Amino acid sequence: MNDTSSINHLPLEQLHVDAGARFAEFAGWNMPLSYSAGVMQEHLHTRQKAGLFDITHMRLFEVSGTEAAQFLSRCCPIEADQLQTGSAKYTFLLNTQAGIIDDLITTRLDSSRFLVVANAGRATEDEAQLRSIGSSFDCRIELLERVFLALQGPMACKLLEALDLPAGGLNFMNATEPRPGWLISRSGYTGEDGFEIALPVSEAEDFANKLLSNDAVMWIGLAARDSLRLEAGLCLYGQDLDEQTDPRSAALMWAIPKSLRQSGQFIGADALRALISGDLKMKRVGLKPEGRQPVRAGTDLFDKEGRKVGHVTSGGFGPTVGHPVAMAYVETGYAAMGAELIANVRGKDIPAQVHALPFAPHTYKKG
Amino acid sequence: MAKIYFTEDHEWLSVTDGVATIGITDHAQEQLGDLVFVELPEVGKTVAKGDPAVVVESVKAASDVYAPADGEITETNDTVSADPALVNKSATGEGWLWKMKLADESQLDGLLDEAGYKAIIA
Repeated sequence: MNDTSSINHLPLEQLHVDAGARFAEFAGWNMPLSYSAGVMQEHLHTRQKAGLFDITHMRLFEVSGTEAAQFLSRCCPIEADQLQTGSAKYTFLLNTQAGIIDDLITTRLDSSRFLVVANAGRATEDEAQLRSIGSSFDCRIELLERVFLALQGPMACKLLEALDLPAGGLNFMNATEPRPGWLISRSGYTGEDGFEIALPVSEAEDFANKLLSNDAVMWIGLAARDSLRLEAGLCLYGQDLDEQTDPRSAALMWAIPKSLRQSGQFIGADALRALISGDLKMKRVGLKPEGRQPVRAGTDLFDKEGRKVGHVTSGGFGPTVGHPVAMAYVETGYAAMGAELIANVRGKDIPAQVHALPFAPHTYKKG
Repeated sequence: MAKIYFTEDHEWLSVTDGVATIGITDHAQEQLGDLVFVELPEVGKTVAKGDPAVVVESVKAASDVYAPADGEITETNDTVSADPALVNKSATGEGWLWKMKLADESQLDGLLDEAGYKAIIA
């Protein structure tokens, strides 16, 4: 999107300007890329204390109605009717070939209401898919207007409790609606314990300022959000996932319940069953390049004989682990831990090994 | 006495006796953010004006640093290979990148002085 006239602005943009944000356009939004502390400090601060992220560019769809659960079980490979109130699941919208239209978090709010959190860059495709399927069910799909913030890091829970939010009562992937128009979920995109908070636009500035009045909290931009999620081994749609990639190749089958793989009636189920019984060609893996040089998205990977066997989809430097980190799709013969590959960067061969994901351990509170 | 030049590509040159010491400007390091890797050229390599001579990589992206003139690389700053953050700390001092023997000093005539450079980043 190069048409700057249609660019979306965050409701809290002025707060980011005041915090010294450097902005960049991302998925149609004018987003803080980094702040005056810089990406390295922002990244480390999140792992050590608490980082505050403005993720209002993510789209929040509320799905409600007597057939909301049946509808979501048709859209996504989840058992929405069995999801408990306050539970959240990582899932997908799949196309009929089982390609990933988007990856989502679906949360059950009560017996007939769910929240679907979608990526900004896929909001149009997601909404079209949801509405097209939704027309056959008794349900409503509503785009919520909220500010959406994430507070991530080891101090996040105490900081929210100090503001009278029931953070400590939640385990990872649990959510609650503590006040009208608010949702707090113990989840995130950094690998750290942390929370995502949707709240009314009118209350957001006050809430953010209260958090920021504590020295343990600083704003974190998209650049550090990217390095944090990459160290955590989490996929970025558009880089690590796309409509040509299925959940099996993406090593995301853990998100699909076994019973559904056999008998689920979600869109893409037949194609996924065919993929499961067939040979897996390419698989997503972690990759650790030797030395200090980052190996970035788009880099081709070769075996010792110089045959191309894969490509990097996300790559950069991991400030916490202190070395370059990457994710790649490689032929399954090269997907085992420790498999030796060669990354060609600007004509130079850099040895790289297949590495376990995540690079930095998750610190989720699983109860 | 060294003569200082700037380029529109956000490099600085300090020229003494036909040898230029070259680095990126403080403005450039600020824009790039924390550097994590610097790829330096081989000493003895000849470069033409506009060739990518060095690659500096931040957490987020890789960027070329261009040769501001024709010449031969005479020295590189190995300290910044070991500690790329030195470029952020001291872009115009200890964080210099390479030295080159200039083939034709008249190529520098079109470059900016400090006031001219400050005007373009203002």
